[in-house]
Formats: sequence, C-alpha cells, structure tokens
Amino acid sequence: MSEQAYNFAYLDEQTKRMIRRAILKGLAIPGYQVPFASREMPMPYGWGTGGVQVSAATLTPDDVFKVIDQGADDTTNAVSIRKFFEKTADVKTTTNTKAASVIQTRHRIPEDELGDDQILVYQVPIPEPLRFLEPRETETRKMHALEEYGLMHVKLYEDISKNGRIATSYAYPVKVEDRYVMDPSPIPKFDNPKMEMSAIQLFGAGREQRIYALPPYTKVVSLDFEDHPFDPSRAPHCCSICGASDSYLDEVIINDDGGRMFVCSDTDYCERRVAEGHTGVQVSGDAA
Amino acid sequence: MIPLLSVKSLSKDYGTNIGCSDVSFDLYPGEVMGIVGESGSGKSTLLNCMAGHLAPDKGEVVFDTRVDGPKDTLHMSEPERRMLSRTDWAFVHQHAREGLRMNVSAGGNVGERLMAVGSRNYADIRGKAVDWLSRVEISENRIDDRPTTFSGGMQQRLQIARNLVTSPRLVFMDEPTGGLDVSVQARLLDLLRGLVRDMGLSAIIVTHDLAVVRLLADRLMVMKDGQVVENGLTDQVLDDPQHAYSQLLVSSVLQV
Repeated sequence: MSEQAYNFAYLDEQTKRMIRRAILKGLAIPGYQVPFASREMPMPYGWGTGGVQVSAATLTPDDVFKVIDQGADDTTNAVSIRKFFEKTADVKTTTNTKAASVIQTRHRIPEDELGDDQILVYQVPIPEPLRFLEPRETETRKMHALEEYGLMHVKLYEDISKNGRIATSYAYPVKVEDRYVMDPSPIPKFDNPKMEMSAIQLFGAGREQRIYALPPYTKVVSLDFEDHPFDPSRAPHCCSICGASDSYLDEVIINDDGGRMFVCSDTDYCERRVAEGHTGVQVSGDAA
Repeated sequence: MIPLLSVKSLSKDYGTNIGCSDVSFDLYPGEVMGIVGESGSGKSTLLNCMAGHLAPDKGEVVFDTRVDGPKDTLHMSEPERRMLSRTDWAFVHQHAREGLRMNVSAGGNVGERLMAVGSRNYADIRGKAVDWLSRVEISENRIDDRPTTFSGGMQQRLQIARNLVTSPRLVFMDEPTGGLDVSVQARLLDLLRGLVRDMGLSAIIVTHDLAVVRLLADRLMVMKDGQVVENGLTDQVLDDPQHAYSQLLVSSVLQV
C-alpha cells in the first residue's frame, strides 16, 4: 500500500477530533483521567498505542518529531514509532531534544529543559494510581471525585515499614494542583521534580482508554510523609562516557565478572556533551 | 440531653419481603444498645440502613454531629457521610476480612483511617498503631505482618483497633463474636467491654447471642419479622421477657 493511502498521521480526522477534545478536557482539569474511545493501532498494546494516538492528534505537518524510549533514541520502540510517523505523517524527525516540537517518551523526561513551544507525550501503561490498592474502577473514580487519597499513603507507609524508606522508585504518585493524585507513568522518581515545566505534558493510555494532561507551570507535588520527605534519588556516579554528574544513569553490566559502568540514559544529552568535549572516566573490566 | 443517634420510623422492604419496618429509638451518648432476634428478623438490614450502607425506603437517621449538631444522615451529601463514617463512626463486620485490607500489614490497617483524615507523619502513625495493637492485645512485633497470618480472633481484634483509632463516638457492630470459639469470644467481649467503658463509646450491637448483650448492652431491642417486639433495659428484658417471642428466645439458650 502506498503512503498516500493513509490520512495524515494514520488516524482519520474524526478520530483525531475526538482525541483532541479529550486532550483539551484533560488540560482544563489537570490530572483528571479523561476516558476516550481508544482505537486499535497497528502495533500491540504495551508498545505505546496511547502515546501514538495522542501524538497523531497533536502533530501538524510543520512539526519536528522525536521519540525516546528509556531516554534512548535508538531502541526498538523509539525507532519503530519514529518510522511510523515518518511514513504516515511525513513529518521531520530528529534526535535533538531542543530541535523537536513534539516528543513522545516512554519512561523518561529528557535531561534538557523543555520550552513553552514543545509538547511532551507520555506512553502510560496503567493510568490509575490507586489500581493495585483498590481494584474496583467504580470505587477509584469515587475516591478521585471525593479526594479520598488516604489509601495512597497506606502504600507509602507499607514501603517504609518494609524497607525503612519509601522504596517506590518509579511511577511515583504525585498530587496535581492540590487536587488530583496522578500516576506520572513509569518515569523514575528522579524525573518527578522536572514535571513542573514550561512545556505541555500529555499522557495517553491506549489499552486503558484514558488521557490526562498537565498544562505548563502546573504545580506537581510528589507524595511523602513529613518525617520521610520525597527524595529524587540518583546513582552516586558520573557518566562513564560524558562525565555528567547531574543526569539519570543506567547501570550497564559489561562482563561476567561483575564489571559495570554507569551511562546517561538520555542518549541525546550524552552525545551532545561528548561533542562538546566532555569525557568520562572509562572503567576497566574488573572495576566495581 | 440530645440523643447521639435518633432513628425515626425507619423502614426497608425487599420487594414484597419486609426488611425492617417502622423502627424508632434514641441512643444517648455512652449508651450501648443491643439488637437481638433470629436470622432473617431484619437486624442486619436495620444496622446497614443506619450506617448508610443501605438506602432505607423511609424514615430518618439523625446523628448529633460535632460541628453542626443533629443532622439527618440520609439526606447528607455523600462526601459528608463518607467523612462521618471514617471519623465519628466505626463499623465492625462479622467477618474480619470484610473490614480489613488483607494485603496490607497490621500497622497499615490501623493507620489507614489516620492517613485518610490527613495524618502525614510516619512516626506518629506508627506510634498510634503500636499503641492500638497493644490495647487489643496484639504483640508489637506482629505490626508488620499481614492479617492473613493472624488467627480469627486476632483478625477481629485488629479490625476493632483499626476502627477505634480515630476515636469514633458511635460504633456499629454486626455479630462481632460470630464464628469465634467460646474462649476467644470471652476474651474479645472482655476487651470490648473495657474499651466501651474507657472511651465512653456509644455502640449498637447486632447479635443472636444473648450472652453478648448481657455483658455489653445497657438496653435491648428484640426484633421479629422486621418489627421491634420488645425493648427495655437488658436485664429487665432477659430476666422478665414480656413478649412471647422474647420468652422463646430466652428459654432457647442452653443452660450449662
């Protein structure tokens, strides 16, 4: 089939209107999960069908599109979604965070600060932060409506009583504008403080058929206890490639003897630092 | 004195079957009221209607709230009623697993109500949980165990601790000793009696066990076929039952 057989960005115009309405409603009520009629996409659930639909409804022919998966531009998920929109929307794509106008992400927020001319689209597997505490959807909706969020703290309490600290390290629940408790998708809690940003943030959950959103400069507070405050933890190392000490690091096992290295998970950030002449300390095979 | 809870001609039908019909009574602060009757007599329907779990067909349930004074709980907004049911009210289920979160530790179970009303200090919550576990005779070193690892009697005591931690003023109990063996029942009753007296709680206890009301209740209501057939002081009703059904009930108890 030729590319012309698709409407711009794969979805038909009526569907995109429907999704845009959900996005606008989500922006009007920050943190509220708006139900939408999620479509079958030509990729399996769990591969970012929610994010893809939000991106499709957001993209215009002039946009520059970037996709990251766990911070990287070159992993399977990122490559296939980027190719998908290259083919169906014929938009320009980039790996440069600053040059992109729409960024679809899985599990990370880019290290570079985003501006007010950018949109960040998250892929969300489970939008309901209370899901594993209260299985009934009717009940969780009521709890959101009545702001009954004591249960969320029960989870954090259990964490501390088991581990001595809040051990939740990703998908760390946040409260938006002192109202809705929201699942920030499985980003590391290191990224939570970055959510108060000047770019628009849109969250799409395809299988669960929910869209939610954060307008620019929205107040986002990570839940915690007075005597166990929120801590955006970070591995106590520098990137082995670019030497960055402020980025989120991936631990990479490099041999069978327990040798490992830490590298930036944001590949674009790391590459740019290397191009600027930064270098890290290369670890030898037997270093711990 | 203003009654803490005032029930006025409360009725609930299930189609053509009567749940409870035209029940009225006043409960004063510090008073414990027992409701007895055989299975199907409408005891639990009445209790659930009062506690807001079921919508009655007609009648009023007026509760003397801390802030606004007497208010009809049936016409309250839902947030208000739910707030009431996790602060001033408590509900002890017959089966502890209905009232507990089985996949959350004992400490988390006790702390949930505190966190629900805005407590955000881990050490405080933990401290209160330890205190309450000891008050219901659960050892402190079980605080991080899940209720699934507890015996039936311990689960029931944990449920009571979880309910009383916010110092409610009114406790609804639905067969709190049902399904427990007699020695465990005796300890639980002893514990309940102590807590009710110490905290000055008002309580409504539904049971079919006359020994329970003899020990705990100040006043007694006997129900049959959805109607209240007799009510009065506990000792008076049990020692000198007037209605034929009350007489049958009292004489049915095995004397050991």
